[in-house]
Amino acid sequence: MGGYILKRLLSAIPVLLGITVIVFLIMAMIPGDPATAILGSYATPENVARLNRFLGLDEPLWRQYFIWLGNMLQGDFGRSFALNRPVLDEILDRFSATLILAGTAFVLCALLGVIAGTISAARQYGFADKAITFVVILGISVPSFFLGMMMILIFAVQLRWFPVSGMYSIWGGGDLPDLIRHLTMPAIALSVVATGVVARLSRGAMLEVLRQDFIRTARAKGVHERRVIWGHALRAAMVSIIPVLGIQAGFVLSGAVYIEMVFQWPGVGRMLVDAILKRDILLVQGGVVFIAACYVGFNIVVDVAQAWLDPRIKT
Amino acid sequence: MSLFLKLLFRNRLAGFGAVVLGVIVLLALLTPILPLHPPNETNTANRYLRPLSDGHLLGTDHLGRDLLSRLLWGTRLSLAVGFAAALIAGLAGAAIGVIAGYFGGRTDNVTMRGIDMLMAFPYILLALAIVAVLGPGLLNALIAVAVVNIPFFARNIRGVTVGIAHREFIDAARLAGMGHTRILLTEVVPNIVPVVVIAMSTTIGWMILETAGLSFLGLGSQPPQADLGSMLGEARSALITAPHTSIVPGVMILLIVMSVNLLGDGIRDALDPRLRSGALARPMAATRVERREVPAAQGEGFLRIDALETQFQVGRRIYKAVNKVSLDLQPGECLGLIGESGSGKSVTALSVMGLVASPPGVITGGAVRLEGKDLIGAPYELLRSLRGRKVAYIFQDPLSTLHPLYRIGDQLIEAIRVHEPVSHGEAHKRAVKLLEDVRIPNAAARVRAYPHELSGGMRQRVGIAMALANDPDIIIADEPTTALDVTVQAQILALLDELRQRRGLAILFITHDFGVVGQLCDRVAVMYGGRIVETGPTQDVLEGPAHPYTKRLIACVPELGGGRRILAAIPGLPPAVDQLPEGCAFAPRCDKAQDACRRGEIELKGETRKVRCLYPEVAP
Ligand code: SF4
Repeated sequence: MGGYILKRLLSAIPVLLGITVIVFLIMAMIPGDPATAILGSYATPENVARLNRFLGLDEPLWRQYFIWLGNMLQGDFGRSFALNRPVLDEILDRFSATLILAGTAFVLCALLGVIAGTISAARQYGFADKAITFVVILGISVPSFFLGMMMILIFAVQLRWFPVSGMYSIWGGGDLPDLIRHLTMPAIALSVVATGVVARLSRGAMLEVLRQDFIRTARAKGVHERRVIWGHALRAAMVSIIPVLGIQAGFVLSGAVYIEMVFQWPGVGRMLVDAILKRDILLVQGGVVFIAACYVGFNIVVDVAQAWLDPRIKT
Repeated sequence: MSLFLKLLFRNRLAGFGAVVLGVIVLLALLTPILPLHPPNETNTANRYLRPLSDGHLLGTDHLGRDLLSRLLWGTRLSLAVGFAAALIAGLAGAAIGVIAGYFGGRTDNVTMRGIDMLMAFPYILLALAIVAVLGPGLLNALIAVAVVNIPFFARNIRGVTVGIAHREFIDAARLAGMGHTRILLTEVVPNIVPVVVIAMSTTIGWMILETAGLSFLGLGSQPPQADLGSMLGEARSALITAPHTSIVPGVMILLIVMSVNLLGDGIRDALDPRLRSGALARPMAATRVERREVPAAQGEGFLRIDALETQFQVGRRIYKAVNKVSLDLQPGECLGLIGESGSGKSVTALSVMGLVASPPGVITGGAVRLEGKDLIGAPYELLRSLRGRKVAYIFQDPLSTLHPLYRIGDQLIEAIRVHEPVSHGEAHKRAVKLLEDVRIPNAAARVRAYPHELSGGMRQRVGIAMALANDPDIIIADEPTTALDVTVQAQILALLDELRQRRGLAILFITHDFGVVGQLCDRVAVMYGGRIVETGPTQDVLEGPAHPYTKRLIACVPELGGGRRILAAIPGLPPAVDQLPEGCAFAPRCDKAQDACRRGEIELKGETRKVRCLYPEVAP
């Protein structure tokens, strides 16, 4: 197992490099130069040239890339000109908020999705299956930001169960119960679509597995039907469900953007949108690379979980 | 095509989606000629009018603009953008996929590496990065959404193209000197169009959602122009004071995306042959029983099967897999049940413990009595407690019948513990003992192995050990040696025979091989077309088969075991059990057949030896 983890970690290196190349190339396609953007359109050509030299923008593209990469490896993601602070500091400040939100949503979607999908398959064409299928269709069709707004309207404004927005109360907040009260609605809103997708695929995977011969063997042994479904069948179905969970992790991580906007959640998503609107390129660049790298890391975890679950994968 | 439409509309939800989407698209098309307020006409005196107010059916927004008009214009825009994004992503993705799949080699490698890299991004993030470069704007949002979806199409289409590129007609075209462009256009592209269309119909909903999302963030359409997403974005600040300005566009997005998804699902399902045939149905915990009357027991027997009828009901077709089969098994006896595949022998065996997959299997008649107690239609809990404890099964291919992800020790332990409340440690000891009993060397270590780590013969020994776990009275072995090679086959048979002697097991042995029957069984029953056609003591039947079919089966046994050639050796095909001929089912393949054979019911006649034939080879 240890060897497999190491192998998987090593194989992530080219992917990470690829990600930096793609991000760098995308950013290099920006029309106009950043110096003008920073200094404003009234800047003198000399000033622009000086700033370009300062930022290293007079170098050839490939050297710029390696300088940028080298700096990043040393933890220097550059400076955000709009916020006037190091990009990495800003990202790290914001990232924990996003991680809490996306992490909770991910756990919700994985648990609820797999459970709903399994029940649905076990009761194929029965009432529970139809009800779940309908809710799932509704779930994967609703824009998360609209759902979030409606939740605010109903549960925060009308019923006053939860606070309207933010991560902590301004007065007297900051403890765990306070966080949970603030987290509930955004986490649910963020998880709904992913839950729907997971439920759907789990149902399909379970139906596929339930027709297999080894399920008949389990029944022939006299194993109780509940254990056949939630043990034998689900265990085998997880092999095809786990990769889907990996994809959904990326989905909640990046989909957090919308939810952070709706609920004023102080995460990286909102930071990115602000940065895009202000054309704060270094912050966008750093943020995208950072999130993508986290996603790559998470996918390694997914693969390791997969290998642990399925002994047939050569470790 | 008409079948396709029928299937589509049989799916009521898909029909509903089609209608809703149709109405929305129609409204969007008619928007320019409908008598609406201009969408951008502001009137600050009429801000935030509620729905159903004078002249403004859905009310007005923060600038006093008519919401209905803005909604319809916005819908038009959102639909157009979503559709355009799907089209661009579909075409570009398909082009990349076709080129990579068709040319293969390095082109394929490099392209797919690039695609993999793009897929390493969470894709909303990639869309944000692209918009960051191009700047906010509806067209840019469209491009971003299209680009992030290209990898999905490219991968799918590449897979399909690789499949096509290696078919004969492509090679033929190449040999005929056709250029690549011509081959691609005339041979490859027509084959992948349906795949692209299906992929588009299932993703267009996402694309609409994603562009709406970008607009919602303020990165898509810019004021005063508004698609549904930006309407929602603008309304957000007034969510609490004027909720209708948010609800109206939000519900519209929901309706569009939902109807597209319903329709897309419907199309996919209607095209899926497995759904059509019901092959995706899940088997229930026990076979469904629809039995009108219980036949009287026709005699003694530890296990008695009386006039058993099991059918497969697929749509309107009924396959009578088992047609009034009666058998009996005494304690310690081995009964061979023999026939070609499709003769109903396995279904008979599985019916005993209600293990026939259902749907489509249904037991429609007969009785299965264990020590005099009828099991057909017995409560699930009773059936479950008998399975494995009184009657255990050994199946054909142990690679697919053992759970691939559980250690074999755990599978044995489970088999013991479902029926006996012993401790885990105790069960473990017994599991090792069982493995030793079936002669698995080094059993103490092997309990930790997974099925895929064992050889075929070893796996089948595990299968046998599992059947023995609770010391059952009866073992039903469904072609347990067919998947094994000849020497291993002989070992397994010897093992079964020895266990039978030692433990006093009764065995119902299902096979298509008379050689195997000769080695192991006291009596034999021959099945054809869902019925028993001959039965008797093995030795008598082997020496003087009465039914012409039995004679043929015996004639094509090679020296010992290993006879898969049997099937080819009998001219003609086994009958399809949904259209059995009248009279003798074997008549089309029988060279003694007379007119009388094709009329009426032929009975199974005789005392210890019985035969269902008008002109038997020897008198029974
Ligand atoms: S009944 Fe007639 S057709 Fe059938 S096996 Fe006997 S002789 Fe052949």
